[in-house]
Amino acid sequence: MENLINIFIKSIFIDNMVFAFFLGMCSYLAVSKTVKTSVGLGIAVIFVLGITVPLNYLLNKYILVSGALTWVDPSFADVDLSFLSFIMFIAVIASLVQLVEMIVEKFAPALYSSLGIFLPLIAVNCAILGGSLFMQERDYGTLAEATSFGLGSGIGWFLAIIGIAAIREKIRYSNIPAPLRGLGITFIVTGLMGIAFMSFMGIKL
Amino acid sequence: MSDKEPLFSAKNRKLLKNPLSSDNPITVQVLGICSALAVTAKLEPAVVMSLSVMAVTAFANVIISLLRNTIPSRIRIIVQLVVVAALVIVVDQVLKAFAYEVSKQLSVFVGLIITNCIIMGRLEAFALGNKPWPAFLDGIGNGAGYGVILIIVAFFRELLGSGAIYGFQVVPQSFYDMGYQNNGLIILPPMALITVGIIIWVQRSRDKSLIESN
Repeated sequence: MENLINIFIKSIFIDNMVFAFFLGMCSYLAVSKTVKTSVGLGIAVIFVLGITVPLNYLLNKYILVSGALTWVDPSFADVDLSFLSFIMFIAVIASLVQLVEMIVEKFAPALYSSLGIFLPLIAVNCAILGGSLFMQERDYGTLAEATSFGLGSGIGWFLAIIGIAAIREKIRYSNIPAPLRGLGITFIVTGLMGIAFMSFMGIKL
Repeated sequence: MSDKEPLFSAKNRKLLKNPLSSDNPITVQVLGICSALAVTAKLEPAVVMSLSVMAVTAFANVIISLLRNTIPSRIRIIVQLVVVAALVIVVDQVLKAFAYEVSKQLSVFVGLIITNCIIMGRLEAFALGNKPWPAFLDGIGNGAGYGVILIIVAFFRELLGSGAIYGFQVVPQSFYDMGYQNNGLIILPPMALITVGIIIWVQRSRDKSLIESN
C-alpha cells in the first residue's frame, strides 16, 4: 500500500508529465486559454490515463513481452512481440477514446457538449501514449501499481493545465512585450512553473 | 504531380521553405512541442530525433496522400495512426540496430513520434487534400522546420550546459581553471521551455506579422 501511494505522489509531483517530460504539450498550450475548458480537458485526461495504462499493462504482460504467451501454449515461451507494442498501445488508446466518447455522449450529454472536441484530441495527446510507454519502460510489478501510476500522471497533468490556465487568465491584464504575447510568454511561464515543481525532487520516496 | 508542373516549381519550393521560417511547425503552428523539448539536452539525440521525425512525416504524408481517396473520413484518425505507428516501429527498429546508445537516450520519445502533433497535423491539413509529391515535400519541409528548432535549442543547451558541441569539448580547460563553470541549470528540463520562449521572442521581433493580439 505504501508503495502505491509513493508511486502516486511521485507521478503527480516529481515526474510530472508536463514539467519533467513535456508530454501533452500540444493540447496543454492550445486549450489553456481559460480555466473552464482546461478543467474539462484535464478531467478527460485523468479518466483516459486511468483506464488505458492498466489496460495496456495487461496487454503488455500477457501478450507482448518475451514469453508472455505461455498461458496459451507452453511452446510459445520464446515468442517476443514487444516490437508491436507501439501499434498495440495506440490501437487500444484510439479505440478506447472512441468508446468513451460514445458512452459520454449517451449518458452525459451535458459533459459531452463541454468536452466534445477534446475527447477525440486525447487520442493523439502524447501524455496518454507516454503514460503507457513509461509504464512499459519502468516495468511496474502489479496492476495496482500501473493503475496508481496512470491516475497520478493524469492528476499531475490536470494540475499543470489548471495552473497555466489560471496564470494566462491573469496575464491578459499585464503589459507584455508584443513579440512575447501569447505563445512566447506561455512557454516562459511554463518553464518557471517547471523550476518551481523541481523543488519536489528533493522528496525521497 | 501534374504533367506540366516541374518537380521543383515555385509552389513546391514554398512547401519546403515556409516551414523553416514563417510557418514553422513549432514556433508558429505550435505543433509537436511534446517531444521537441525532452531530447534537446545534447545535440546528438536532437539530430537523430529530427531525422526520424522528418522521415516519418515525409513517408506518412506520401502514404496517406496515396490513400486519400479510399479512406472513409469517419475512421481516418485510426487509419492515420496505424500508418504512422507502422513507420515509427520501422524507425525504432533501425535505431535499435544501428544507433543503440542514442536509442537508449531517446527512450520513450521515439515511440512518442506516433502522437507527435506535427505528423497528425500535416496529415490532416495537407496530405488528405494533396497529391503525393507535394505531400512528400511538405513532410520534408515540416520535419526540417522542426529539426531546425530542435538543433538550435540543443546547441545552446549543450554549449552552455556541458561546454561541448556534439560531444566534443569546445570550452578549453584553461577556462575552467580560471573559474568558469558549466551552467547546470540549463540542462534541467524547464530551461528548454524558456529557450524556446526566447527563440519565439526573437523570431517574432523580426517578423511582426506573427505577433498575437493577446
